[in-house]
Amino acid sequence: MTDIPTLKLWIVIFGLGAGSYFLRFVFLGLIGDRELPEWVLRHLRYTAVAVLPGLVAPAILFPAATSGSPDPARLGAAFVTAALGYITRNVILAIVGGAATLYALLYIFG
Amino acid sequence: MQTVTDRSQFIKGMKQGAPFILVIVPFGLLFGVVATEAGLNVFEALAFSVVVIAGAAQFTALQLLSDNLPAAIALVSALAVNLRMAMYSASITPHLGHMPLWKRAFAAYLLVDQTYATSVLEFEKNPDRTPSQKFAFFVGTASAVVPLWYASTIAGALLGSSIPDGLALDFAVPITFLAIIAPALRTLAHIAAAFTSIVLALAFMSLPYNLGLLIAAITAMAVGAEVERRMTPKAA
Repeated sequence: MTDIPTLKLWIVIFGLGAGSYFLRFVFLGLIGDRELPEWVLRHLRYTAVAVLPGLVAPAILFPAATSGSPDPARLGAAFVTAALGYITRNVILAIVGGAATLYALLYIFG
Repeated sequence: MQTVTDRSQFIKGMKQGAPFILVIVPFGLLFGVVATEAGLNVFEALAFSVVVIAGAAQFTALQLLSDNLPAAIALVSALAVNLRMAMYSASITPHLGHMPLWKRAFAAYLLVDQTYATSVLEFEKNPDRTPSQKFAFFVGTASAVVPLWYASTIAGALLGSSIPDGLALDFAVPITFLAIIAPALRTLAHIAAAFTSIVLALAFMSLPYNLGLLIAAITAMAVGAEVERRMTPKAA
């Protein structure tokens, strides 16, 4: 294994830090308290439900831990988590139920 | 009626952000382990987590650096993974945009998946909160996860590869996000947006630089907004 050169590593750490900070600051810092039009606000209300499901869907169907092949334990755990969360509206219950399902299924399927 | 103080909002934020401890700790441990395996020392691994404070982007950058790719490629790819932060920034601005600049600058540093998801869902449920109460809540959501992100990175770097794979730590992230998002599917518009996001993210998975997620997210936002517009009776 080749080690990462120290200077290169620090360039990436600070470059990525500055770039990520810029992305986080860009609207919050520059728009501030100016009013946004209603249609923009209507879109922004759906940001969370538009980003997070797409962010985790590939990791659920094709987990890196199983080299990308679908895994019954992880699929089952994801299903139980989503169903519990939707029905009970209780985040902690959904997490605990999902984790319990994951470990039970991992144990069964070995 | 209960009085709403900034202090009580901070504590409320802390409590509602607490489930994410279950994500942050395994994810941070995992990053520390992977960083050590890539040849970083504890200080370098910690610096990564403090300066960048974005798990998925850190993993991307580290992976590409370990593959001996140029720094510019590692930077651009990891920043693409973080483009969603700009959407978070836009989405949280109507709530936190009234704060003084230094507070907005501070909030921007703390704007990560977990603090964003917890806060924006709470603000939508309680739109009448003052900007200062919202800011207190937001900082509350960060108060546990951010220090624990640093601490678990250090712990992972120190423990190295002695953490067994059987713990399936990789799956802490999907489970916790599902648990947060499922209760937030309150209307048909939310469900339509989430469904669009999943289908398109999977369809465009093979696109480079995480572009698939951006396409999926932007389309899903438009779908959610359009469904809401059609379902809402015309106001005068």
